[in-house]
Amino acid sequence: MNNIFFSNTFRFIGLVFLQILIFNNINLFGYLNPYPYIAFVFLFPFKKERSVLLIFSFLIGLTIDFFTDSGGIHAASTLFIAYFRLYFVQLILRKSEFEYYTFQITSISVDKVLAYFFILILIHHFLIFSLEFFDIQSFFEILKRTLLSTIFTFLVTTFGYYILVSKNK
Amino acid sequence: MQQIINFLIRNRYLLLFLLLEIIALIFIIQSHSYHKSKLITSSNSIIGGIYNKTNNLSNYFSLANENQKLAEENTYLKNLLSKKKINIDSVIRQVTDTVYHQEYQYITAKVINNSYSKRNNFLTINKGLKHGIQRDMGVILPNGIVGVIQDVSPNFATILSLLNENSKINVGVKNSNHFGTLAWNGKNYEEAQLLDFPRRASLKIGDTIVTGGKSVLFPEGIPVGTIKSLNLRNNYYENITVTLFTDMSNLGYVYIVNNIDKKEIENLEKKHE
Repeated sequence: MNNIFFSNTFRFIGLVFLQILIFNNINLFGYLNPYPYIAFVFLFPFKKERSVLLIFSFLIGLTIDFFTDSGGIHAASTLFIAYFRLYFVQLILRKSEFEYYTFQITSISVDKVLAYFFILILIHHFLIFSLEFFDIQSFFEILKRTLLSTIFTFLVTTFGYYILVSKNK
Repeated sequence: MQQIINFLIRNRYLLLFLLLEIIALIFIIQSHSYHKSKLITSSNSIIGGIYNKTNNLSNYFSLANENQKLAEENTYLKNLLSKKKINIDSVIRQVTDTVYHQEYQYITAKVINNSYSKRNNFLTINKGLKHGIQRDMGVILPNGIVGVIQDVSPNFATILSLLNENSKINVGVKNSNHFGTLAWNGKNYEEAQLLDFPRRASLKIGDTIVTGGKSVLFPEGIPVGTIKSLNLRNNYYENITVTLFTDMSNLGYVYIVNNIDKKEIENLEKKHE
């Protein structure tokens, strides 16, 4: 219990600092940044109380908003994927594989982990850029940025996941 | 009553989700308005302090670049000075020192956080109220403009970048009195768009755009950029694109413009409204 608490606190702080000090300054092609801080939502234990996940996802988004002066767009988007995370896991995994209380992300197969990451990243990024532009005329710009950033975040997150997380457990 | 409580308990996650989502949306809507001070801002002491610390580290890597910029500015100012030499042989020389009146004051600050890749960009600087910085002061470079001060805390301030949908800066063409508005469409950080230019103004590709005299934020005549492309349709200018002189991706030290007459001008203009 305590262990889970500390590892998630550590992950929260670590991801925020990585995001603001490194990943916000990459600006590939002048405008592309990955947002791997949302790995916090992916990795948050399933068996914990869902309200804790919702509150902390909101807080990590809000922290990023403070650093990037982006109003509340990260808070809104991160909270959104945190709430719908469970439904996507149920979609990707067959019912028999998914037992809510014993479920761990490290126990499912690679392709399903990647699908889970990809869908949540895609939704999160689409929300971020839609809220950022807030303008239907920029639809193609939003789509372009969503797709390119999704690929970027996906690569960074997958890489980080296989180096830092999956081996430990 | 029992049913209501049951309903609340059954849907507690959904309700919590909706509550937090609404809070986030309120923050977002509030941040879209330029006129209100923001709640979520990097000008507060914690965030500003963290940026300041990390910036001190990365500072050393840009020293050579900063030196070169300063040297270039020195050359420019020296050239200006040598133009101003008074010819002693001339017959009439007007002495104006008793009516001398300083209009602008400049404050130097260092950019400790810069963004240019988003739709709405902000910068954070390491000076604030204590150093005389206030809301709605213009921010410039030797060779261009950066934006306008938005939120100020005792030690830090955020700048509403030129690269922001709320940024509307009054500009004109060099050596002409036609004015328009400089805005940004969110695509390329090296280019901005000119709006509302009167059709009588004769614009050509390559014309230099400077800050206009109608704005109290910036001194008149600061270079902004050059016209890169424009269309003339039905005698109206469309899609005027300006290549900016400022490299918004590489900002070190900036100057904050304090217009000493600003209050007086604004009070005067208010009387007409």
